[in-house]
Amino acid sequence: MNDITAILLAALGGGILCVIAQLLLDLTSLTPARILVGYVVLGVFLYAVGIYDPLFEIFGEGVSLPLIGFGAVIGRGVREAIIESGAIGIVTGGLTASAAGITVALLFGLLASLITKGKPKRL
Amino acid sequence: MDIYSEKGKKRLIKRYTPKTKLFKTSILAFIFGGTICALGEALRILFVNLGLEDKLAVTLVSLSFVAIASVLTVIGLFDRIARHAGAGTLVPITGFSNSVTSEAMDSASEGYVLGVGSKIFTVAGPVLLYGTAAGVVYGIVYFIAKLIEGGAVR
Repeated sequence: MNDITAILLAALGGGILCVIAQLLLDLTSLTPARILVGYVVLGVFLYAVGIYDPLFEIFGEGVSLPLIGFGAVIGRGVREAIIESGAIGIVTGGLTASAAGITVALLFGLLASLITKGKPKRL
Repeated sequence: MDIYSEKGKKRLIKRYTPKTKLFKTSILAFIFGGTICALGEALRILFVNLGLEDKLAVTLVSLSFVAIASVLTVIGLFDRIARHAGAGTLVPITGFSNSVTSEAMDSASEGYVLGVGSKIFTVAGPVLLYGTAAGVVYGIVYFIAKLIEGGAVR
């Protein structure tokens, strides 16, 4: 697969996932938070049943960047931790694997609150 | 509702016609979401070409978009984009990062422990809770399946 094809496939995969979420927002009473939760759990499920990796081979960041990719990171972390260290991996794998994303998001959030404190909210 | 009266008909028509809006929001979600993922893929290719291991490249792409979304939120640009993009910016990890940063910013006046410290998890908390819980459920199933399959877990 050349680079251009990979980029177009990523756009296609990510676009489709966003349209599904948009339709859920428009047609149902689901809130954005519920959709994000649904996508993460779906990501864990897709990884668990072995569908995520083939999808990643095709769409790359098109499935990795949407929040199902975050769920898949958790699923893979659990699986690898169990293989590595047995039953303890059930409770260590998920958060260990997703630590980078969580830490960076929280850190940037904290910094944002520190540097914008007192400033009026801009929209 | 009396669908045979003039008023009832109008209400029925109104109820079943906002499809142009639906079409527009879906197209915008596709364009913005697709563009974000295309940029992510290009960044991943760049990282791999720079000699990074593929798994690390994927992680760094996610972290880059978390950082970019947070900065765009601080300067107020994220909300402007998200107003048009809808789910296009919500579904990629940018939406997760935006919720964390915007909740942290909005709650700074409520203090740093119970304000920022708790509100920062308004959306991130449910995502982490149910993602982690789903991971544990999968882990238990996987562990038991391995036990049944091969005696000892590799």
